[in-house]
Amino acid sequence: MWSRNKRVIGMMLVALLTVGLISGVAVAQAYERSETLYVSGAAWGPASTWNPFQPGNLANTTGTLGFVYETLFNYDPLTNTMIPWLAKSGTWVSDNVYDVTLRDGITWSDGHALTAADVVYTMNLAKEHEALWFAPMWNYLVEVVAVGELGVRFEFTDAPLYQEFDNNLYNIPIVPKHLWEWRTEEQITIGANANPVGSGAYLYDTHGSDRNVWLRNENWWAIDALGLTPAPKRIVDIRFSSNNVALGSVIKGEVDLSNNFLPGVAGLADQGIVSTYFEGAPYMISANTAVLFLNTIIAPMDDPAFRKALAYAINVDDIVNVAYAQLVAAASPTGLLPSLSAYADQAVVDALGWSYDPAEAAAVLAAAGYKDIDGDGYVEAPDGSKIALEVTCPSGWTDWMAAIAVISDSCKAAGINLEDVAPDYGAWNTQMQTGTFNMTLNNWAAMSNTPWTLYNLLFRHPIQAQMQSGNFGRYDSQELFDLVDALAAVQTSDIAGMQAICSDIQTIMLTEVPMIPLWYNGMWAQFSTSTWTNWPLDDDNDPSRLPTTWSGYWQLGGLMMLCELELAN
Amino acid sequence: MKRYFGRKLLIYVITFFLAVTIDWLIPRLMPGDPIQNMLARAALNANAAERMYTYYTHAFQLDLPVWQQYLSFWNALLHGDLGISTYLFPTPVVDIIKAAVPFDIFLLLPAILLSWWAGNKFGAYAARTKRLDNTVLPIAYLLTATPYMWLGILLAWVFGIILGWLPIAGAYSYTMGTDLSWAFVGSVLKHWILPFLSLFLVGFGGWAIGMRNMIIYELEADYSHYLEALGAPRKLIRKYAFRNAILPQLSGLALQLGVIVAGALVTEVVFSYPGIGYLILSAIQNQDYFLVQGCFLFIIIGVLLANFLIDIAFVIVDPRTRKGMVGE
Repeated sequence: MWSRNKRVIGMMLVALLTVGLISGVAVAQAYERSETLYVSGAAWGPASTWNPFQPGNLANTTGTLGFVYETLFNYDPLTNTMIPWLAKSGTWVSDNVYDVTLRDGITWSDGHALTAADVVYTMNLAKEHEALWFAPMWNYLVEVVAVGELGVRFEFTDAPLYQEFDNNLYNIPIVPKHLWEWRTEEQITIGANANPVGSGAYLYDTHGSDRNVWLRNENWWAIDALGLTPAPKRIVDIRFSSNNVALGSVIKGEVDLSNNFLPGVAGLADQGIVSTYFEGAPYMISANTAVLFLNTIIAPMDDPAFRKALAYAINVDDIVNVAYAQLVAAASPTGLLPSLSAYADQAVVDALGWSYDPAEAAAVLAAAGYKDIDGDGYVEAPDGSKIALEVTCPSGWTDWMAAIAVISDSCKAAGINLEDVAPDYGAWNTQMQTGTFNMTLNNWAAMSNTPWTLYNLLFRHPIQAQMQSGNFGRYDSQELFDLVDALAAVQTSDIAGMQAICSDIQTIMLTEVPMIPLWYNGMWAQFSTSTWTNWPLDDDNDPSRLPTTWSGYWQLGGLMMLCELELAN
Repeated sequence: MKRYFGRKLLIYVITFFLAVTIDWLIPRLMPGDPIQNMLARAALNANAAERMYTYYTHAFQLDLPVWQQYLSFWNALLHGDLGISTYLFPTPVVDIIKAAVPFDIFLLLPAILLSWWAGNKFGAYAARTKRLDNTVLPIAYLLTATPYMWLGILLAWVFGIILGWLPIAGAYSYTMGTDLSWAFVGSVLKHWILPFLSLFLVGFGGWAIGMRNMIIYELEADYSHYLEALGAPRKLIRKYAFRNAILPQLSGLALQLGVIVAGALVTEVVFSYPGIGYLILSAIQNQDYFLVQGCFLFIIIGVLLANFLIDIAFVIVDPRTRKGMVGE
C-alpha cells in the first residue's frame, strides 16, 4: 500500500513540475523581441576584459569602445569625414597647436560631468604608461592642457605626426578621471575594468560565457544634443562556436545581424533569404587587405625578381571565385582599400602593376636564372640549390586555408615548390613575429582615415628581433621608411601632399614587391529583415553607416546603423 | 580490505603525481610563445612591446629555470592557485573552469548514465531475441557508427529549423538573463534536449551492441550450458549471464565518467553549447599553459576518482574481488 502511495505521490510531483515549467515558459520575462537586437560575429571566446585600452581581439567585448567609452571624433570611412563627437570642434590654430572644444552637458553614466579634465587625464595616461598603445603620440606631443571647463589645447613639437594624431582622435577612448585616478599602472594598462562606467549610448548589462548584453543609456548626451537614439533597447552579442549555427540563426530570424564569415552566403543572398550590403558580388564592403608577407631575409624571397614572379604566378581570381565564392574582391597591387583609392597612383599601377599571368611569371623566373635542373617540375635557385617553401595561415581559418591552397596550387603550376601549411594560431603568430616563416597571410590594418595605417603595417620600422605589429617579412629599405615617416608628418588636409608621397611609396613597392596584396577581406555582414529593417545598403545614398558589430568599428558607422534601424511591421 | 584499498590508494597517488607532471610538461613542449601571443592580441603599444614582454615573462615566471618553474607550479597548486589565463587574460583559470564545467556535467552526466543504463538493458534484452536482433540492433549499429557531427547537425536541422520545436544553439535562451526563475529553468531544459539526445543516441547504440555481444558470449560459456543441462529456467540463466557481462561495461563507464570535465567538444561546436571542451581547444591553440594545465588537472582528478569509485563498485558487484581480498 505504502509503495503504491509513493508512486502516486511521485507521479503527482512530476506532473506539478511539468505544469510549473510549462506555465513558467508561458510567463517568461524574456527580453522584448521588438526592443532587442541580436548580433554575432564579434566575440570568439568568453568576455575577459572591459578595459577600453585593450579593444583588440583579446577582450571579446565589442562595444567597450563605442558603446561605453567614446572618442573625441567619430570617422566615416566611406566618405572620409571626421565627425565631431565628444568634441564639438577641433582646429589647428597653428602648425603645432590643436584646440578642441568639448560639447556642453555630456555626463558619465554615474552622473558626473565629462569635462576637459577627463580628456587631459586620458591623454596624460599615455605619457606616464609606456604600455598604452597611444604612447608614441608623446614623441611629438609637448603637453595637453585644459582651457576652462570645455577647452583642451594640444601643444606639439615642431614635427607632429598629423596622420597618426588624426587617427588617434577617433580611437583613443576618453575615460573618467574621477574613477581612474587612483588606479595602479597595472589596473590601467591591463586591468579587467569590470562594471565599466563610460559616457556612451549603451551600458554594461550582463554577460555569460557565450554572450554579452548591453542596455541602452537613456541619459545619453547625444539623444538631446544630436537627436540620435539607438533603436534597440538591448543588444545581445552572441558568440557562436560554429558557422552552421550562426547561419541557421540568421535564417530563422533569431539573429538580426551576423558578422561571421559564412561561406555560401552569396547564394542565400541571391535567393533573398538573407540581405547583404551589395546586391551582387562582392556582397560585402571591403574592410581590410589580405597581404601575402614574404620573408625577405630568407632566400629566395630576398630576390626582387623571385618576388615579382610570385606576384604574377598567384591566381587571385581563383581565390575570389573558388575560395571565397565571390564574397571578396581582388586587391589593387597597392593594397589600398577602395575607400582610399584617391591615394593610389593609377599611372604607377599601370606602369609597374601586375595581374595573374603564368607566362610572365615563367619569363621573370627564367630571366633571373631560376631553372628546373633536376627535372622534378620545380625550379632551382640560380646557384643550383633546391627551392622548397611553405605558405601559412592559422589552422581553422577556413577561408584563408582555402586561399593558401590556391596560392600553393598556382605557384606549383608556375614551377615554384610551395606547400600550404596551417599551424595553430599561437605557433603561426610566433613564426610571424620572430621571422621564422617563408610566406604568410596577414590583414592587420583596419579601415582608416589615412593610407599611413596600411603603410605602418607593411613597412613598420625599425626592424627588431620581434616584429609584433607589421613588416613581418623584415623588408629593409631606409628610403621607404623615410617616405612613410614623411607621410605621417603631412597634414591630413593636404591631399596633394599625401598623394605625392604615396605615389613614391607605390613606385618602390611595385618595383621591389616586398609583399603582395592579394584581396580585400570583406566586412562580413548578413542580416535578417524579419524584426529590424533599414539596414545599411549600397543603394540608399546614406553611406554614413556600416553594417558591422566588430570591435573598433562602432565609431566608424556601426553606432549610426543602430540609430537608423527601424522595426519591421 | 584495508590492504587492498591501501595499495590502490598508493597507486593513485603515484599516478596523480606523474600525470600532473606530464600535464605541466606537455604544454611547454608546444611550438610558440604564450606571452607573445597574448601581447599580440592585447593591442598594447608595439614600441613598448619589448619591455612588456620582459615584464609578463617575469610575472608568469617563465624566465625562471625550468626546475624552479616546476617547483613553484606544485607550490601554487597545493595552495589552490592555478594561475591566470593568457588566452582570456586577466581571468583566473579557476574562474574560467568554474563557469564552464557545470554546463558539461549537466549535459554529459545524464547522457552517459542514461545511455549506459538503457543501452545495457536493451542490449541484454535484444541478445538472442530474433526479432529485436534483426530490427532494432542494426539501427544501433547505424547510430553508433554515425559521424557524430553529422547526427548533431541533422537533429538541429530537423527539430530546430524544419519543425522549429527546439532551439538550435546556446545553453539557455538568448532572450533572458540568468535570474533563477521557472522561465529560466524551462529554457535551460529546452536547450538541453537536442545536445542530450545526440549524445544519448550515439552512446546508447554503442552500449547496446557491446552488451548484446557480451551476453551471447556468456550464454555460450560452460556455466550457462551446465545450468541449461540442469534444467534451469531461461530467465535465470540470462540473469547470471547479465551479471557477468556487466563487468567490462562498468569499466567502460568509468572511463567515460572520468573525462566528463573535458567536455564534449563536438557537441559544443554543433549546438554552440558553452562548456570546457571549446575552451580547451582554444587554450591549446593559443599556448595558454595555465588554462591547459588547469583543465587537464581536473581531467586527471576526474579519471582517478571515477576509477576509484569503480574499484569500490567492483568489490560490491563482483564476489571474486572480495574473495581475492580475503585470500591475501
